Amino acid sequence: MSDHNTLGEILRERGVSRRGFLKFCTATASMMALPPTMTMAVAEALEKAPRPSVIWLSFQECTGCTESLTRSHAPTIESLIFDHVSLDYHHTLQAASGDAAEAAREEAMHAHHGKYLLVVDGSIPLGDPGFSTIAGISNLDMLKETAEGAAAIIAVGTCAAFGGLPHAAPNPTGAVSVSDIIKDKPIVNVSGCPPIPSVITGVLAHFLTFGGLPELDQYGRPMVFFGQSIHDRCYRRPFYDKGLFAETFDDEGARKGWCLYRLGCKGPMTYNACATMKWNQGTSWPIESGHGCLGCSEPDFWDAGGFYKALSIPTSDLAGAIGTGLGVGAAVGIAAGAMAHKKKTDAEHEREPLTVEQLEGES
Amino acid sequence: MTPTEFLVLTRGPLFDIAVTIFVFGIVLRLFEVLILGRKADLAAARGAEFKPGMATVMRRFVPDREKLQGSPVVTILGYLFHVGFFVCLLLFVPHIELIHSTLGISWPGLPTAMIDAVAVITMLALVGLFINRLNSKLLRFLSTFEDYFLLVVVFLTLFTGYLAFHRIVEPYPTALALHLLSVELMLVIFPFTKLMHTFTAFLGRYYNGAMYGRRGVES
Ligand code: SF4
Ligand code: SF4
Repeated sequence: MSDHNTLGEILRERGVSRRGFLKFCTATASMMALPPTMTMAVAEALEKAPRPSVIWLSFQECTGCTESLTRSHAPTIESLIFDHVSLDYHHTLQAASGDAAEAAREEAMHAHHGKYLLVVDGSIPLGDPGFSTIAGISNLDMLKETAEGAAAIIAVGTCAAFGGLPHAAPNPTGAVSVSDIIKDKPIVNVSGCPPIPSVITGVLAHFLTFGGLPELDQYGRPMVFFGQSIHDRCYRRPFYDKGLFAETFDDEGARKGWCLYRLGCKGPMTYNACATMKWNQGTSWPIESGHGCLGCSEPDFWDAGGFYKALSIPTSDLAGAIGTGLGVGAAVGIAAGAMAHKKKTDAEHEREPLTVEQLEGES
Repeated sequence: MTPTEFLVLTRGPLFDIAVTIFVFGIVLRLFEVLILGRKADLAAARGAEFKPGMATVMRRFVPDREKLQGSPVVTILGYLFHVGFFVCLLLFVPHIELIHSTLGISWPGLPTAMIDAVAVITMLALVGLFINRLNSKLLRFLSTFEDYFLLVVVFLTLFTGYLAFHRIVEPYPTALALHLLSVELMLVIFPFTKLMHTFTAFLGRYYNGAMYGRRGVES
């Protein structure tokens, strides 16, 4: 593939019809919350979009994010979009390894300096550089070096966005997120464990269409995908509002599809697009298949108090607290009561009644 | 501190501390009151104590016509607030979940839309009570800092709960943590302020009724 191919050319080469392409553009426009009138503009921009060079760095990760994206489903236009980018370095997907791979990265960095997209999955260990290295280069050094010439960075997955699982207590490697290290580049956090594939491609499509990054929320996540909570878009919400809850995973409530709050659903604190975009080509999503949301797109979700504990339940030993309060309270109460009682009786005994003579003497 | 850490802190250790102080304080104060007792009544009893005592506890739940006519605002808003507060506290599902997880008992909740409406009414009643206290010469004269402070603290528990429920404060963990924090503040000051009337009011009513009953008088 030559570097000069545009997306339109590539799609035509792959046999995608104009109609199919426009359908995709409509979907993309609506996904990005653009008015329908923008469809043609999106189509035109995407058609002419040159192949951007993408460098993908994987640090402390499980490859789940790459799996999510590449195994998402049979070839769709989304995946072709992904094909369209010139993935110049991705050490899981590329054929080259070792020095050859690193040479490819350096070459892309030089050739496209200031213009390439940097995609990162996985967190970066600050504890000891030896915890995670690639070709002998520490993750920290590689990130800094590669970020330097990037146009923008997409932190894919909760590990790259917020530290994720490696960052969870006690965080043995001192794992941090991309934005903890890089401060001078535009960064988009596409969080999720893993993130929804079409959200990743959606951000890429946005970059290709508008040449910039979408509007972000306070955690650096694209508003269009992370603007609404799972709870607000959940189809089980009417049951929550009516107070109908599944108490176990196989009771009548569960079979009737009632709300999973009592089973620990973190939908109310989680912002992600699962409820609307769904998973596996729009087949279903976790809550639809009967399991509460884990809150996987939120910072520190591993440490947020237990996946199966309802959000409002205290995480600590309340019974112990009540017991201590009762015991100590009773003991001190009895002591204080006894003291007050003694004071009262003492006062009664020591009281010297005032006589009429004394009163008259005063006047 | 991240919002999640803030939530974990208020959901965990801080909640423990607050509940410990709350239970400790209540038991302490109740024991104090009970041990101190009352002066022995040396006169011969003319009637029972227990039944009239309990009857008075119950009877005083019903608004008294004289009071209603004398100070309608305080009576009506007072009832609205008290009923509303307990409806929100005891019939909102996440609250029931909390009680269930600690005491093992649970009951059905109310639809959230109803709780939402009740919460708004309760907050308005509180605001009304606050304004009334400021406006009435007599009440202003009788009020101490504590009276205003307690109104604010109770209002905060409802208000932060409302913010969290409607997710007006973002991110959600912060909103929920603020709600928990306000509740913890209320729990900690509860036994040592007039909030304690939640328990002592019943003792007072009982003593009153029992005293009259013993004397063979209707209370
Ligand atoms: S299942 Fe979860 S996200 Fe859905 S309504 Fe219940 S609590 Fe909210
Ligand atoms: S439902 Fe919740 S935990 Fe599951 S993938 Fe979506 S955001 Fe993550």
